[in-house]
Amino acid sequence: MGIESYLQAILFGVVAGTLARLITLRSDYRQYPTYLHGRIIHLSLGFIAASLGALAIPALLEMEFTAVTFLTVAATQFRDVRNMERNTLTELDQFELVPRGSTYIEGIAISFEGRNYLVMFAAFLTTLAYITWGWFPSTVVGVLTIVAALSFMSGSALRDIVEIEESDISYDGAGLYVDNIYIMNIGIEERQEETLKYGMGFILKPKNINVITTISNLGQQQAILHDVSATLGVYKDSGTPALTPLIKRDLDDGRLGVFILPLVRDPELAKKVIGSVPVLENAIKMPTEATFLKGGKK
Amino acid sequence: MVVEKAILAIITTKEEQVGGGAPIFICTSNEDLQLFSTNLEAILDGIAHRLSDDVYIIVKH
Repeated sequence: MGIESYLQAILFGVVAGTLARLITLRSDYRQYPTYLHGRIIHLSLGFIAASLGALAIPALLEMEFTAVTFLTVAATQFRDVRNMERNTLTELDQFELVPRGSTYIEGIAISFEGRNYLVMFAAFLTTLAYITWGWFPSTVVGVLTIVAALSFMSGSALRDIVEIEESDISYDGAGLYVDNIYIMNIGIEERQEETLKYGMGFILKPKNINVITTISNLGQQQAILHDVSATLGVYKDSGTPALTPLIKRDLDDGRLGVFILPLVRDPELAKKVIGSVPVLENAIKMPTEATFLKGGKK
Repeated sequence: MVVEKAILAIITTKEEQVGGGAPIFICTSNEDLQLFSTNLEAILDGIAHRLSDDVYIIVKH
């Protein structure tokens, strides 16, 4: 095969890969990058990933086997992407009124790294299809890989694993309760009135036994608080630690009592927001999958 | 060992119930108790917790 058709094949791969990155790069209320420069960094890295993926096939066909070793360079590069995201977000987290928490940050960082591999894979397959079958099948493969990338990036949300109910908040002496779940001790009457006025309570009921362990993860709980505060606002300032959204757990049945202080006081909206909090990969536990419980091999 | 929480101040109307290392503020009335707690909470950036009707503590979390 001539050098020109390689060029076209590589071009197809690079375009497919970069497109995949562009599409999987989402900026929404909770996710970095929210800024133009952040986007440029990730698009450029996506382009590099796509180039690496696209170059692999022609290199192999030309018997340049050593060229494949540069894929290891790519792996190192993308691990750095993860580090970069982790560092940036951890730094920024110190100045959030309601921090994301390191589990959430790690989840975001992992998905940044993972998406670069998806990009490389998309470019790799598209170039392969071009060289084997020609431009049209290559386009189809390119579109398919982008669709696959999109389906990989959407994890489950909290609404899939818990039932969300609004609940009353009340005081028993100085103890703040959501339903029957103790949240915290607030001593001053004034603060108590504020929390009753601005606070809202929700109960998250786990749908099965695996979920109980997943939502008991403190990182997952912090993610809920962060997302709610980021979306609905929070009635809190740096000098008012008593006004802090909190989640506590009912030890008897694993339910969560969520106490929030939103600026937008719309229970239906709040339920929606809680429901769309991502289930963090790092929080997911599957006790029922344990093989020794199923009677399989240990 | 990192101490994450610390009692920054104790406010009380019953002097005999408290003691120890943290600064103790003795108040004469319940209104005073509330006022002191509110002010100290704001100044110290801690949370005022009520242990009983007569004893408040400011805790840094």
